Amino acid sequence: MTKQVITANRLDDGLAVFYGLDGQWHSSVSQAACVEKGEAAENLLANASNEENQLVVVGPYLIDVCGETGTLEPVRYRELIRTKGPSVRPDLGYQSN
Amino acid sequence: MYKYDDYDQQLVDERIEQFRDQVNRRLSGDLSEEEFRPLRLMNGVYLQLHAYMLRVAVPYGTMNSAQMRQFAYIARKYDKGYGHFTTRQNIQFNWPKLVDLPDILTDLSKVQMHAIQTSGNCIRNTTTDQFAGASYDELEDPRPWCEIIRQWSTMHPEFTYLPRKFKMAVTGAPNDRAAVAIHDIGLRIRRDDQGDLGFEVMVGGGLGRTPMIGKTICEFLPKEDLLSYLEAILRVYNQFGRRDNKYKARIKILVHEIGAEKFAELVEKEWEEIRDSVLHLPAEEIEEIQAHFNPPAFEVLPAHSSAYSEKVSSDQKFAYWVQNNVREHKQQGYAIANISLKPIGGIPGDINHQQMDLVADLADQFSFGEIRSTHEQNLVLAHVKRDDLYDLWQRLDEYGLATPNSGLITDLIACPGLDYCALANSRSIPLAQRISERFGELDRQHDIGKIQIKISGCINACTHHHVGHIGILGVDKKGQEFYQITLGGRADENAKIGKIVGAGLSTDEVVDAVETLINTYLDLRENADETFLDAFNRVGETPFKEALYGAGKK
Ligand code: HEM
Ligand code: SF4
Repeated sequence: MTKQVITANRLDDGLAVFYGLDGQWHSSVSQAACVEKGEAAENLLANASNEENQLVVVGPYLIDVCGETGTLEPVRYRELIRTKGPSVRPDLGYQSN
Repeated sequence: MYKYDDYDQQLVDERIEQFRDQVNRRLSGDLSEEEFRPLRLMNGVYLQLHAYMLRVAVPYGTMNSAQMRQFAYIARKYDKGYGHFTTRQNIQFNWPKLVDLPDILTDLSKVQMHAIQTSGNCIRNTTTDQFAGASYDELEDPRPWCEIIRQWSTMHPEFTYLPRKFKMAVTGAPNDRAAVAIHDIGLRIRRDDQGDLGFEVMVGGGLGRTPMIGKTICEFLPKEDLLSYLEAILRVYNQFGRRDNKYKARIKILVHEIGAEKFAELVEKEWEEIRDSVLHLPAEEIEEIQAHFNPPAFEVLPAHSSAYSEKVSSDQKFAYWVQNNVREHKQQGYAIANISLKPIGGIPGDINHQQMDLVADLADQFSFGEIRSTHEQNLVLAHVKRDDLYDLWQRLDEYGLATPNSGLITDLIACPGLDYCALANSRSIPLAQRISERFGELDRQHDIGKIQIKISGCINACTHHHVGHIGILGVDKKGQEFYQITLGGRADENAKIGKIVGAGLSTDEVVDAVETLINTYLDLRENADETFLDAFNRVGETPFKEALYGAGKK
């Protein structure tokens, strides 16, 4: 079973964000709504891409994750970098907080 | 330097107000992202992995101190305190907020800068030799020609929606530091048999998925015909270039498919019709633009300076910097100073706001207030009095800007790669940093001599890795970062695409592999004067391949 969450970039500042169960966009992947790949994921993506969300984010898409709610981590390195910040600048991005 | 006239300023100001309105309409929902995206791209605004990215044009890589100070201000006020100089002589900011971008563009316009034509399928910033107007080997300053091209191509109605982006480069010297042969159009200023100056015109160079070296379609074009001839090329491209497939849309594919001769014929035919049109450049008009680039008020200085020689012989650290980073100037008593943005283990091309302010101050103090950016991601002060070099060097050194590695192995070129770029397969910067650290010792760098390593995080080839002496391309192998090595490429007047040597290497293997290649070269070179590239051209790829992959393997 592959687990997925939805990510996008926030419209006003461009930062990477993740779609939560509460229908809000969060800066931490651990707050993302995690669903099974397939129909459930597609339904969630449809929600995340609706007109209202188009005013909040740019380009929502599904990514594979591993771990449990609270400790979710993207599978692909590209997405992992988005949850942290540039690997060459630990002082920048989410990892600096 | 060229200064905006009222028309330029008005055009830029209007564009910003349009963009401000477009941003507001996107935020309020009047524009969808689909509608907004091409509009923001036309203003240099990309969306990257972590944030928006703004690319600001530095026309032909020349800027003044006020502009550099404004970059520092923007980095501080709107970004995270730094910027990144690119291989197209531009600067990128990695963290601007969309809501701030109209204000950033307004601040840029106050120093006559903008981000127009830094993106999209239009004619992009024309690049050139970073030593323009200063180098001993130059026939003529190429920058007035870049400016003439800029004025002709900016917002040109016919060329705003080309099949694909379009890049031009001009060199005024026989030693090509502008890599003209790998641009859509490359121009080389040369002399004909009568001693007149004109252009050799190359078309169809470019890298990416299908790397190609440009072909000469005109050996000698009189100067006054430059714009009509360029327009003829663009028209042929606009008419016959493929729009059905993004990967086949660059002019290089057209030139390749129909052949350079046929292409030249089509251009000639088109050119005949417009040669004597308004595009014909009268001498007065050329001179008017050239006047903006008149040499600064050089002092008459003696050929020899004992104060300077004394410093060189008494301070070894300074002497190394002079040896590696200082180049010959055409004006007696002056020198060209390269400012390395490649500290050992650092991020190639990155510069923080304090360093920007310093460079601006030093330009005012030592180089007529003028600064250059280079396609190797460094900076240049082009007109420094030889007697000022020591003071300049000391001040640069205080800010970590005096790494004496210009043209050496640690002067690596690397794109943002997977640390920032949404298109990347692999990271480029950490690899550059590890190679830089591995070879950081100066004696070893001197032993290895001149060599260029270029690292791209994907096949878009933003660092021109195909024409690096050693090129490294990031590829994705089942979700892992892998690197493919090419050897023997070069971007100079003998431009050539490098050869892929073998299977991709993992992150753990690749730095060792570079060291193996270097050791192989050191073992087989005929003497210390034979460069890596010369040795490679003499012996071919086999010894290098065998060293990397073992004898008998492919
Ligand atoms: C980070 C955002 C960037 C994006 C999204 C981006 C995107 C691209 C794309 C899609 C191409 C290929 C276009 C084509 O072949 O038609 C390209 C080419 C190029 N880019 Fe970038 N790039 C970025 C950053 C840079 C940087 C930082 C540099 C300089 C270090 C750069 C320099 C170039 C150059 C020189 C080419 C032309 C290569 C050739 O001759 O084919 N780009 N870029
Ligand atoms: S080469 Fe690829 S990874 Fe590197 S900046 Fe260009 S598009 Fe991004």
